[in-house]
Amino acid sequence: MPLLLEIVTPEKLAYRDTVDGVVLPGSEGELGVLPHHAPLVSMLGLGELRIRKGTEVESFAIVGGFLQVRPDKVVVMAEMADMAAEIDLEKAAEARREAEKALEGGFHEGADLAAARGALQVALLRQRVAERRHREGRPRSHG
Amino acid sequence: MASQRDIRRRIRDVGRIKQITRAMQFVAASKLKRAQDSTLAARPYSEKIDEVLADLAAVLGQDEHPLLAAREGGKRLIVLFTSDRGLAGPLNTNTIRFVARAITEHPGDLAVVSVGRKGRDAMRRARVPLEAHFAGFGDRPSFADVIPLARLVTDGFVAGAFGRIDIVYPRFVSTLVQRPTMETLLPVQPAQDTEGIPGNQFIFEPGPAAVLEQLLPRYVAARLFQAVLEAKASEESSRMVAMKNATENADDLIGEYTLAYNKVRQANITREMIEIATGAQAR
Repeated sequence: MPLLLEIVTPEKLAYRDTVDGVVLPGSEGELGVLPHHAPLVSMLGLGELRIRKGTEVESFAIVGGFLQVRPDKVVVMAEMADMAAEIDLEKAAEARREAEKALEGGFHEGADLAAARGALQVALLRQRVAERRHREGRPRSHG
Repeated sequence: MASQRDIRRRIRDVGRIKQITRAMQFVAASKLKRAQDSTLAARPYSEKIDEVLADLAAVLGQDEHPLLAAREGGKRLIVLFTSDRGLAGPLNTNTIRFVARAITEHPGDLAVVSVGRKGRDAMRRARVPLEAHFAGFGDRPSFADVIPLARLVTDGFVAGAFGRIDIVYPRFVSTLVQRPTMETLLPVQPAQDTEGIPGNQFIFEPGPAAVLEQLLPRYVAARLFQAVLEAKASEESSRMVAMKNATENADDLIGEYTLAYNKVRQANITREMIEIATGAQAR
């Protein structure tokens, strides 16, 4: 049975295709979903989402959101979902430098500090996901 | 009767107005396309959030989260979405008239949060207390833009300052029809789960209450974002239609003036010929 995967963000439908399996950054740790999974709603953390489809692997950097699993369908609702292939490495590196600089600048308010740390985390994640894809070539293939 | 020169000047002026209204019409048309696309693109997310919320509601009771609970007391808050700029046909007038009727029909302690300058100005004139104002979110509203607004209303609701929060926005029905619409945002009224698996068969991780805790702010933000996008699409389509009418009116006007101009010109020529003829006869 095929598994339909949808990744939606507030601004768009980022991905929709049938896949063989998907690995997600659940709030309680990594989570793999294959067809016939039990109905599940889970919170997602920040991390890499990997899609396996045949011999191809596609990955997304995702931040914050939810996962709804039905036996034949997986829906990811994320605040941000960037396809690895579309992440601009230089921009990601720059965002990281900016976030680091902002953190060094020091903050007085807790909220600002949290926001800056969040920005840094997102920048690091995007960089990591994009770099991995870059290193391993595209599309990444399984044996 | 106006002189030939006056009429010519008027024709020129109307021509210039027509150039502007035409340009605005085309700009609005292209912006409308974009606004419509982003309204459609945003729909899956909010539909999904609604669905998960319905699943959760099947498991949880009303008193599990403050955003779900109906409450006594507290002000009523209306979040009013209008455009920043005018020349958008009857759109803002209609929306504001609609909200004014809603206010007078259910008088009571209430405040307004305005999104868009036109709404703020109207509420100020009507001396309705303004809780906060957000300038419209530009031509490409992003989800991040509505977060502060979402935080303001949820915090106000949780703190008990507001007992009920409604949103009023022009719903985009079609290019010709935009309908002012009022919806209750808080307390959250989960939709009935219509699709597939009943909510109580889902496993919730880490737990239903924790998921709800994270989901509700996003639900509120998604609803507000949807309203912002609808209002944007309505604004551009209303402006497009208004400017199209204005351009056509300018065409009619130019036609009328040209007719008048030719009549005057004709009359002048006839008069001059009579003058020449009588001059020649008198010789």
